[in-house]
Amino acid sequence: MTTDYAPSIETTEGTVFNLSGGDWESLVTGVEGEQERIVVNMGPQHPSTHGVLRLILELDGETVVQVRPGIGYLHTGIEKNLEFRNWVQGVTFVTRMDYLSPFFNETVYCMGVEKLLGISDQVPERAKTLRILMMELNRISSHLVALATGGMELGALTAMTFGFRDRELILDIFEMVTGLRMNHAYVRPGGVSCDLPPGAVEKIRATVKHLRKSTQDNVNILVGNQIWLGRTKGVGYLDLQGCLALGVTGPVLRATGVPWDLRKTQPYLGYERYEFEVQTQDTCDAYGRFLIRLGEIAESLNLVDQALDFLEPGPVMIEDKSIAWPAQLALGADGLGNSQEHIAKIMSQSMEALIHHFKLVTEGFQVPRGQVYTAVESPRGELGAFVVSDDSTRPYRVHFRDPSFSNLQATPAVGEGGQIADLIAALASLDPVMGGVDR
Amino acid sequence: MGLEEKLPSGILLTTVEKLAGYSRKTSLWPATFGLACCAIEMMATGAGRFDLARFGMEVFRASPRQADLMIVAGRVSQKMAPVLRQIYDQMASPKWVLAMGVCASSGGMFNNYAIVQGVDHVVPVDMYLPGCPPRPEMLIDAILKLQEKIQNEKMGSAKREEIVLNEEFARKELPLLERKGLLA
Amino acid sequence: MTELTRGLEVREGSFGVHGSPDTSGYGGLRKVVSEIPAAEPPFGSWFDKAVLALSKSLKAKDLMPEQVIEKVMIYRAELTLMIAREHLLTVMQSLRDEDELSFEVCLGVAGVHWPEEQGREIHINYPLLSMLHNRRLSVEVALPVKDPRVASVTSVYPGNNWHERETYDFFGVIFVGHPGLTRILMPDDWPGFPQRKDYPLSGVDVEYKGAIIPPPDERRWYT
Repeated sequence: MTTDYAPSIETTEGTVFNLSGGDWESLVTGVEGEQERIVVNMGPQHPSTHGVLRLILELDGETVVQVRPGIGYLHTGIEKNLEFRNWVQGVTFVTRMDYLSPFFNETVYCMGVEKLLGISDQVPERAKTLRILMMELNRISSHLVALATGGMELGALTAMTFGFRDRELILDIFEMVTGLRMNHAYVRPGGVSCDLPPGAVEKIRATVKHLRKSTQDNVNILVGNQIWLGRTKGVGYLDLQGCLALGVTGPVLRATGVPWDLRKTQPYLGYERYEFEVQTQDTCDAYGRFLIRLGEIAESLNLVDQALDFLEPGPVMIEDKSIAWPAQLALGADGLGNSQEHIAKIMSQSMEALIHHFKLVTEGFQVPRGQVYTAVESPRGELGAFVVSDDSTRPYRVHFRDPSFSNLQATPAVGEGGQIADLIAALASLDPVMGGVDR
Repeated sequence: MGLEEKLPSGILLTTVEKLAGYSRKTSLWPATFGLACCAIEMMATGAGRFDLARFGMEVFRASPRQADLMIVAGRVSQKMAPVLRQIYDQMASPKWVLAMGVCASSGGMFNNYAIVQGVDHVVPVDMYLPGCPPRPEMLIDAILKLQEKIQNEKMGSAKREEIVLNEEFARKELPLLERKGLLA
Repeated sequence: MTELTRGLEVREGSFGVHGSPDTSGYGGLRKVVSEIPAAEPPFGSWFDKAVLALSKSLKAKDLMPEQVIEKVMIYRAELTLMIAREHLLTVMQSLRDEDELSFEVCLGVAGVHWPEEQGREIHINYPLLSMLHNRRLSVEVALPVKDPRVASVTSVYPGNNWHERETYDFFGVIFVGHPGLTRILMPDDWPGFPQRKDYPLSGVDVEYKGAIIPPPDERRWYT
């Protein structure tokens, strides 16, 4: 029965043919009369699986009978690495988890550390507002990538061009403020690493004004577009019961009509002061999730404007010198570093300041014994951090409940019974980021 | 002066090596091997502002059989390493590998149980690009440098000699840990 | 609710130096890392009502609440219930189904390894969320490392499927009744459980300008 191209093995379930090339014809003639059960391996290196995700599909013709996602191809051991670095250094690692929403990772981690230290209410207002400002900008850029890659996977390449074009404008702001386009390590326990540079407020206002117009391009080409509707409407159905059972949050949950958004329901960092609408749809499908993302982009633009209005002059790092990073960090030509004034002070004026700097930077601060769970609403849903301290200068254990991880679990629920092409659309609408899934 | 003078106008002479190098470098087709953060920067490089199409390589191929440059963009986990090698083996020669970002080059900040400490443990790397993640401009620069390398690549018996020479040189090299670098 | 405040770990000295002449004076330092102490009722906020509702539900199932709920911990205004491991599934069922509790969503499970706590080395923590009441609560179970078995809660919260596989992968906790307990993030043939404390970080030495820098877990560090 073995053909030239397809080696076969005998298993308890019958003959299994193993293929990895374009020899379909010879196989089909070879296995005639056999029971047909086709298992296709999709990924982990595939342009449409949204990263290094592996899908093991059982097919009946074009119809997907069973999906089993295989993950872990990007497992980085970040949680273990955190245990060997001090609390501040942890920020550098967590920002690289879900690389499309770095500010959310940093904020949830820092909120956890601050809660353990009991200093949540001592974080300066300006730092909180800056965190919100950066997170909302990040939400826009993350949703833009979701639209861009989702569009690309469904063949709408212009959506991708528009998405990345607009994202670049937001990355320009990130670069201006933090010195980096991605992986910023901007939010630190006790505040943020540095204040806005001169001219940033004007630049952000101008960008927001521009984005209000330019993000409409994606709205114009996709909303109501017959092809887009055909690919996404009624595809990837997941209702409220399914969402709750699988622990799915974020736009997928809101597409079932539940206005569950932690920014509204369990406000943190002063979100209760902001005016915004929680976006919901009642279609439970990929199109609804797409509309929610568009709506959230518009709402986040408003939130950015409001955050700029709320910005009051003041410190961006906690007063307590035993926790606050000693250096007044400043953005130089070569990136973020100690400010010139601080270097002058510790090197030539104050021995005590140098000792303090050295102690806090090498040893770090102690965090009292305890364990907390904090959560923020990331672009993909509830991002939670379970932070455990054993009264030392390094985290004892940090576990992240990444929304991508839980949402990806719904792949069989949204994909089985449909066609392969619909599975891609459904998966894109869940918008998992593998860096967050595997950590 | 020989052959050149007898040729009609409009004809240039070159070596086969140079011509092959020229055509290879100007039509590099990268295989997408996006893994982590760097993959997003790689996509940004292909998109509007940085526009990799200017250098004749916007055609990112999903199929390794149609690609000749593998851009390993991101951290390679122990679980991904065999997959990476398989993709590399599926690419047709001549092929090149660009390790994008510190994680692909050396493991970077993730010096732990899960990450392969440099993709050169799995496949031969032609160009290392530092950065976490490298900016799109850096990626373009790395690709241009790689193109230069490809332009000067030897062929046939000269190539075989080069491989032998490189092999001998590599054998005499000190292991990485014993090198003294700038302290020597 | 039994009184449980035992030492999880005892640390001596500072700077991680042992066996060398101590010139810093820090060698005599002794610190006991203890468990979070049990909270005494009244707990305040909605916590009393929730614990009462859970006790009532357990009694209706012929269980003694004192034996099921080992300890109530309140830390930074977060309620954590320490549950005896044989009753985990019953407690989860009650937490989800009782109207006064209705924790509809389980946000996964996280392991913590305390190698020094004899017989209770591995703690697993389930954060729960009630969208109806807008409340959060955590359930914690302690397991011995020699027999890290606990009932899987996938029958109550199907969404915990992958989370339990992850905790199995990293901590070796065996969730009895899980539909397919296999490794999820590490390769299938990986030996050991990487995020336990006795598993090294497994980094490699790094050479920088002639100097050898060991991986972070082998460097000197401050406690």
